[in-house]
Amino acid sequence: MSKKISPDDISAEVRLELYRTQVRLREAEQRAFDLFLQNLVKGTSHLSLGQEAIAAGFAVAMQKGDLSFCTYRGHAHTLARGVPVEKVLGELMSRDNGLMRGKGGSMHLTSVEHGVMGSYAIIGAHLPIACGAAWRAQYRGDSDVSVCFFGDGTTNIGAFHEALNFAAIWKLPVVFVCENNLYMEYTPIADVTAVEHPAADRAAAYGLERIIIDGNDADEVLRTARSAYERARRGDGPSLIEAMTYRHSGHSRADPAKYRPEGELERWKERDPIKMYRARLLNLGVSETVLNAIEQEIKDEIEAATVACKAAPPPSTDIIFTDVYADGGWAWRN
Amino acid sequence: MAELTYRDAVARGIAQEMARDPDVVLIGEDIAKAGGVFKATVGLYEQFGPRRVRDTPISEQAILGAAMGAAMTGLKPIAEIMFADFAAVCWDYFANEFPKSRYMTNGQVKTPLVVRLGNGGGARFGAQHSQSVENWCMMIPGLKVVVPSSPVDVIGLMAAAVRDPDPVIFLEHKSLYATKGEVPDGEIVDTLGTAKILRHGKDATILALALMVPRALEAANRLHAEHGIDCEVIDVRSLVPLDTQTILASVARTHRVFTVEENPRLCGWGAELMSIIADEAFYDLDGPLVRITTPHIPLPAADVLEDLVIPSSARIVETVLRTLSN
Ligand SMILES: Cc1ncc(C[n+]2csc(CCOP(=O)(O)OP(=O)(O)O)c2C)c(N)n1
Ligand SMILES: [Mg+2]
Repeated sequence: MSKKISPDDISAEVRLELYRTQVRLREAEQRAFDLFLQNLVKGTSHLSLGQEAIAAGFAVAMQKGDLSFCTYRGHAHTLARGVPVEKVLGELMSRDNGLMRGKGGSMHLTSVEHGVMGSYAIIGAHLPIACGAAWRAQYRGDSDVSVCFFGDGTTNIGAFHEALNFAAIWKLPVVFVCENNLYMEYTPIADVTAVEHPAADRAAAYGLERIIIDGNDADEVLRTARSAYERARRGDGPSLIEAMTYRHSGHSRADPAKYRPEGELERWKERDPIKMYRARLLNLGVSETVLNAIEQEIKDEIEAATVACKAAPPPSTDIIFTDVYADGGWAWRN
Repeated sequence: MAELTYRDAVARGIAQEMARDPDVVLIGEDIAKAGGVFKATVGLYEQFGPRRVRDTPISEQAILGAAMGAAMTGLKPIAEIMFADFAAVCWDYFANEFPKSRYMTNGQVKTPLVVRLGNGGGARFGAQHSQSVENWCMMIPGLKVVVPSSPVDVIGLMAAAVRDPDPVIFLEHKSLYATKGEVPDGEIVDTLGTAKILRHGKDATILALALMVPRALEAANRLHAEHGIDCEVIDVRSLVPLDTQTILASVARTHRVFTVEENPRLCGWGAELMSIIADEAFYDLDGPLVRITTPHIPLPAADVLEDLVIPSSARIVETVLRTLSN
């Protein structure tokens, strides 16, 4: 089978992994949305529905030990590193089984053991932080790459430019991934940006290659990721990648996204990354049975996670005062 | 024992820690080859090389973000923000990133780093290069805030800050860089969260930080020599953690308390201390709690103006006299 579905550089196993990952992100986030509608997810949440190929491609290309730095739109990137759905849904639902036991919430998903070094909710903050992790790798001769995901709107904040220059002059093993979903919160990026491609058109200013890819094609994402990681591991410095995509849902929570021109969503849904990838796999000779089995397996994981989260207790209130400082507590005086 | 300037003590404190621990690295603008705009890092580049002592672009967010990312993944970075006023352009890291990552991640992320800043007035630099920003930092849960006043404290508290597992804001006073003090030979390691009684006295307690410490001492000496008033002077040294025990015990002995604060008046560290004293030592007090501060204004540049607004030893003497005679 491996030969049949893999006429090129991407093996059959990796293709199935890309598919599995994308479906898992989609199903988990759809479930998160359902739970939100049932008032079981409190606070806010930002979904990546429609953008799964980027998270899947970059994560599947990573090695163990590589580090992900995400934004508040970070569920997909977190799940893509193998974090259990239950831990993510538990955090969204403010349960004790959540990834951070409810202390962080949807916008701050972090799982250091999976290499997910945080989800950052202040636009641009994590680009310099990813530089720092990459600097540590360079300093110690470690081989890991730091991968930093952010949106199109993030390219207009100072920290983006500071980080790009910093990474370039220090030749840091960091990969910057701009997920250009055409919108900031509600305003089209084109309305507020001096260049057409908010990330790629700035690359030259930092001596970097102009890279624009189809962010809805998991294979293209994977190939781009691989070459950027190789470059970083070789010591040749950072990359800046602009992946074109579209979010199917609103910016956050129940945003109905009325600001989008008629037909735009429908056109992008034609290019739904999962739909396209499924068709590609069938075309490459993978059987429906194999794909159905993957889909079922994921549905089962999500169903079990949902049941577990609904049954999980809320966090115990004593954690309010833990981990402010490294001694485990919050004491600021004697 | 040797006499050392506060400026050289910074370099010695950093060198002591870099020699001890290969994970300690130093970054900032002009800190490597140039030795820092205040010459507080002279010799470190030569001693530890370009890998460990690294010049950065004028990118305060990149400096602090990089320090944080390195700290999260195992290094012990010391980052310099040249003038403390510039903390305002990278405030996100002080307010949102350093202090909250451990809490929000339920203890998964650790940020053991030190940010050094050139703090304080007296150099006639005007309102944007003279501020004492310890109050900005003190109000954020998750940060530690250290404000040394003497060369020996600079070394010992620097060592404590570097070895501390939390983010520590280390405020070096620009007008103290040229001052000198006796420093013992060998390794010096102090403890964060410990105030120091620099002068014992029975009539009143004066609490001070950084440049206000020598002024408080001078005032206490004059009050004693000229007026027979015997003040206890405490160098608070560390705002977070805060050594309230030393302070409350002193107030219990003297029954009177003054703060000397270089900062604009509102929401000052002195107000916080006074509120603790009012809560917990009210019945020890024989009179009002009095704060001596800079008025609530931006700092003027001209020497005659700046000298008028930052608390002086004359103003301390006068305020203590007036208060105690009422
Ligand atoms: C410094 C800062 N400014 C504004 C916001 C509010 N905000 C949150 S998300 C967002 C839009 C970001 O757009 P983009 O970078 O394209 O990411 P996307 O949400 O599309 O993934 C804004 C303005 C913020 N969180 N931080
Ligand atoms: Mg966007």
